[in-house]
Amino acid sequence: MNFPILSSLILLPTIGALFLLFSKDKNSNTGKYVALFTSFVNFLISVYLWYLFDPSTSTFQFVENKEWLKGFVNYKVGIDGISILFIILTTLITPLCIISVNNTIKVKLRDFLIAILVMESLMIGVFCSLDLVVFYLFFEAGLIPMFLIIGIWGGERRVYSAFKFFLYTLLGSVLMLVAIISIYWIAGTTDIVQLYELGIDTKYQNLLWLAFFSSFAVKTPMWPVHTWLPDAHVEAPTAGSVLLAAILLKMAGYGFIRFSLGLFPVASELFTPLVYALSLIAIIYASLVALMQEDMKKLIAYSSVAHMGFVTLGIFTITQQGIEGSIIQMISHGLVSAALFLCVGVVYDRMHSRLIKTYGGLVSVMPKYSILFMLFTLAALGLPGTSGFIGEFLILMGAFKDNFLVAVIASFGVIFGAAYMLWLYRRVVFGNLVNKDLLKIPDLDNSEKFILWSLAIPVLFFGFYPEPLINTIEVSVNDLIEMYNFNLNMFGPEVQK
Amino acid sequence: MEFTLLFLPLLASIISGFFGKFIGDRNSEIITSVFVSISALLSLTLFYQVIVNGYESNVIVATWINSGTLDVNWSIKVDALSSVMLVVVTLVSSLVHIYSIGYMSHDPHKPRFMAYLSLFTFAMLTLVTSDNFLQLFFGWEGVGLCSYFLIGFWYKKDSANAAAIKAFVVNRVGDFGLALGIFLIFYLFGTVNYSEVFQQIPQIIDKELLFLGMHIKAIDLICILLFIGAMGKSAQILLHTWLPDAMEGPTPVSALIHAATMVTAGVFLIVRCSPIFEYSPLTLNIITVVGMTTAFFAATVALVQTDIKKIIAYSTCSQLGYMFFAVGVGAYNVAMFHLFTHAFFKALLFLGSGSVIHSFKDEQDINQMGAVYKKLPYTWILMIIGTLALTGFPFLSGFYSKDAIIEFAYLRGNTVGYYAAGVGILTALLTSIYSWRLIFKTFHGTYNNKKIKIEEMHESPLVMLIPLIVLAIGAIFAGFLFKDLFIGHGGENQFWGESIKFLNPLSTDHPPLWIILITPILVLLSIPIAYYLFVKNKELPNQIAESNRPLYNFLVNKWYFDELYDIIFIQSSKKIGLFFWKTIDIKIIDKFGPDGLSLLIKNLSLRASKFQSGFIYQYAFMILIGLSALLTFLILQ
Repeated sequence: MNFPILSSLILLPTIGALFLLFSKDKNSNTGKYVALFTSFVNFLISVYLWYLFDPSTSTFQFVENKEWLKGFVNYKVGIDGISILFIILTTLITPLCIISVNNTIKVKLRDFLIAILVMESLMIGVFCSLDLVVFYLFFEAGLIPMFLIIGIWGGERRVYSAFKFFLYTLLGSVLMLVAIISIYWIAGTTDIVQLYELGIDTKYQNLLWLAFFSSFAVKTPMWPVHTWLPDAHVEAPTAGSVLLAAILLKMAGYGFIRFSLGLFPVASELFTPLVYALSLIAIIYASLVALMQEDMKKLIAYSSVAHMGFVTLGIFTITQQGIEGSIIQMISHGLVSAALFLCVGVVYDRMHSRLIKTYGGLVSVMPKYSILFMLFTLAALGLPGTSGFIGEFLILMGAFKDNFLVAVIASFGVIFGAAYMLWLYRRVVFGNLVNKDLLKIPDLDNSEKFILWSLAIPVLFFGFYPEPLINTIEVSVNDLIEMYNFNLNMFGPEVQK
Repeated sequence: MEFTLLFLPLLASIISGFFGKFIGDRNSEIITSVFVSISALLSLTLFYQVIVNGYESNVIVATWINSGTLDVNWSIKVDALSSVMLVVVTLVSSLVHIYSIGYMSHDPHKPRFMAYLSLFTFAMLTLVTSDNFLQLFFGWEGVGLCSYFLIGFWYKKDSANAAAIKAFVVNRVGDFGLALGIFLIFYLFGTVNYSEVFQQIPQIIDKELLFLGMHIKAIDLICILLFIGAMGKSAQILLHTWLPDAMEGPTPVSALIHAATMVTAGVFLIVRCSPIFEYSPLTLNIITVVGMTTAFFAATVALVQTDIKKIIAYSTCSQLGYMFFAVGVGAYNVAMFHLFTHAFFKALLFLGSGSVIHSFKDEQDINQMGAVYKKLPYTWILMIIGTLALTGFPFLSGFYSKDAIIEFAYLRGNTVGYYAAGVGILTALLTSIYSWRLIFKTFHGTYNNKKIKIEEMHESPLVMLIPLIVLAIGAIFAGFLFKDLFIGHGGENQFWGESIKFLNPLSTDHPPLWIILITPILVLLSIPIAYYLFVKNKELPNQIAESNRPLYNFLVNKWYFDELYDIIFIQSSKKIGLFFWKTIDIKIIDKFGPDGLSLLIKNLSLRASKFQSGFIYQYAFMILIGLSALLTFLILQ
């Protein structure tokens, strides 16, 4: 495979963005079609990539390695079974976001599209970089478009939220940068594949793990560094919330699997109780807080915290089911939370209110909307037959293998999940139509229908037939666990699993 | 054949749900009813095959989840146990479909209603035909979802919405137990396939697990967790609160879901897992106690309710209690028998009450009825047949199944067994009294409705009566015809084959004569007593209630379960949620986190900027102080 397919995936959206930058008119629809075309082509390429991908091996495929900073950093990208799914998630969500800007973005449309396209480039970069420095650059640069999206196109308190978002994420990342530099001094390379083979000296692992953890924990977000998320979501425009929930949060989960488990197995083993505790708190705490929210977006944001709590829990069970469950849960949450934010966006565009009490009785004016919203509500609460169930169930199964009590407590989250999601749905969609303004609003238009069905189909399909997903990640996850246990036996006999 | 049987209801649901608008109300009704009826005919054929030839099959439809050692298929398993369930589910379902054509004739959302009913049937079929725990769980949640949709079918009613959510969430509590049970099974056996799990059970009977510092036998823990799941779905005491509220849904739904099929899924689960439960006497005793407590509790509450559907709902709860204590004493087949007969007479009672409610234009309070037996003659007779069957009137279906339960409880020969038999007899008496109270208050005495004139009352249409007649035939003959098949003769039973496991064969002794006679005698005696209380001397019940006010309030308020749960769970969850949000998130994390930090930096920089005042003498002064400090430091060194 000589064609640099991954680099083209990374670069294509940026090229689209450049086109837009040099185009003259700033608000017309042409820009939108350019952006849509670019991102759609990217989606097709990534699906083709999935088709080419060989799931029977865990070695990185489509690797490109070019010298960049001589003798120090190479531009190295490649994918395995874990990364490819996230790339497809990114390329699927981006065009849908671009379609959705129709009704939401009224000013500086062109610049907004540029931000989204650049963001797509950077996200794809995160999921396929095989060098710590390259990863760091993509990871951090991804903050900037998001910061702008919230800060420029956001709601009333956009500046506060944007800074809160930036402050949190940056503080965590600084420590990661220090850790990456230290790794270079300790191991002499930042190439992930080489680092996997060499291993990192046990005595440094704990500190390095903590440094990476501080960055990932903020991005996940884990309790207690989660408070930026509800604010960011509330203020962000719909497309921004979608990108944030669907993709940005997944970078951290991906990072935990790729780096925390891959590079620091001894430390990961040591800190597992910490991650368990924080995950459990996140699940229960965020669910209870979600129950009391009056703002739809905040509610979904808190539910994201709870769902990501399941993800971190699953990853650190270090079991086949737990990690596979986490990956599927991330993909599923990417689809479902994106859809839920879009659902909120749909009614927000019509009524300009995110408050639950504005609504009620929508089913009589928006039946199609109600069906789709119900579907995503059910997926969010993990009903069998939706992708949400597969992820949650596998995670809990993995957790059970590792620690009975943890699984029991986490299972409570499933009960709360049903309560807050159904209560939200009931208050928005069912009941009598009291607010007379609602009578005038139209049901879904064609583009909204298209977006939501594009998300609904995979949610259902993978709920009934998750085999394509599991098949893709199986070998990679299996080998990761083997490597993990091998390293643990070599370097940390006293904490052997 | 299995394939068609299973997927016809799904197909019907899809056609009616998505294309109902195009094909029209009538066609939706016809398609769903016909498809489900075909399923019912196929089920009967299968049932016949099982009876005559001992037919068994296990069709694998597709892979579902295959992760690591976890390997789960979509499957259709047919054996004696599932064939009984198939018959119950599809038969009652098809009758309810037909009945709904009449009952829902004034509703604007007919295709949606029919689609939900068919979807429910499909989910229930996947539940009973599963060959593994995960597909069972899928069906389990699927029926829960359909029940949620159907309870909240009239989405404009707040009470219906609240009831729907309550049903779903309380069921989730049960599902929590079931899911943990499945995890534990997977953890111990590495598989969730029934036959593989059951095979390995004897190897782990002595295995102990450490849980919260206690040593618990693994098998007990599995059984208890599975039983929690069963309690949720089958509305056993503590997790029963959703069932009476679920009566907010249309009456055909109550008949199908909350009487004949879904609520019996818990019983089915435990019977299906008899190869596990047989090894856990502890759990079996717990089940007996829970079952008989529920039977008794629900019967006492039913005595004083005034809503016709709630009375029948509590009656269902109570009868499910009977099934559970049958299971608990190891008489799985008897539990299945009662499940089978109960499906007929309880669906009959519900649909009959629906017919009454329909005639009274949605009035459900039995104090607003009375004296209409001449106006609704068919409904009246059919309801009486249902009541006789329910109370265990000699030679009707309930007589065979309920008395068998009490007898087997007695024959168990231990304290729990005797106790259960005693409570069973007492509850049978209560059942008879509240059932006759319902009949007398609804059909006899004086006419009490002020809104509708008695002349306006009219019998329900034929499309509603025919299903009732079919069910009535079942209620009369099902017990007599199938007694030998289900319970067997003299301990011999070929029918169940491998689907139910008895570690020790059921006792073949004959219970003493008084045990056999006491229930029918009480049931017979209770009819004149009830007639006296509720028709002849109507002041007497009120006087009894007056003189026992606290007891009466306790019963009317359903033993205060709802109030208790509201305080313990709902209000406290809300308070904690609010506290986490307003106090911890906003006042602590944000205040000391990002806001605090930015405030700190802002203050520091404000202070720092004060140094740059622009006055030379201030700068000179600072330099002087700095210099002297430095010098002092150096000298001291």
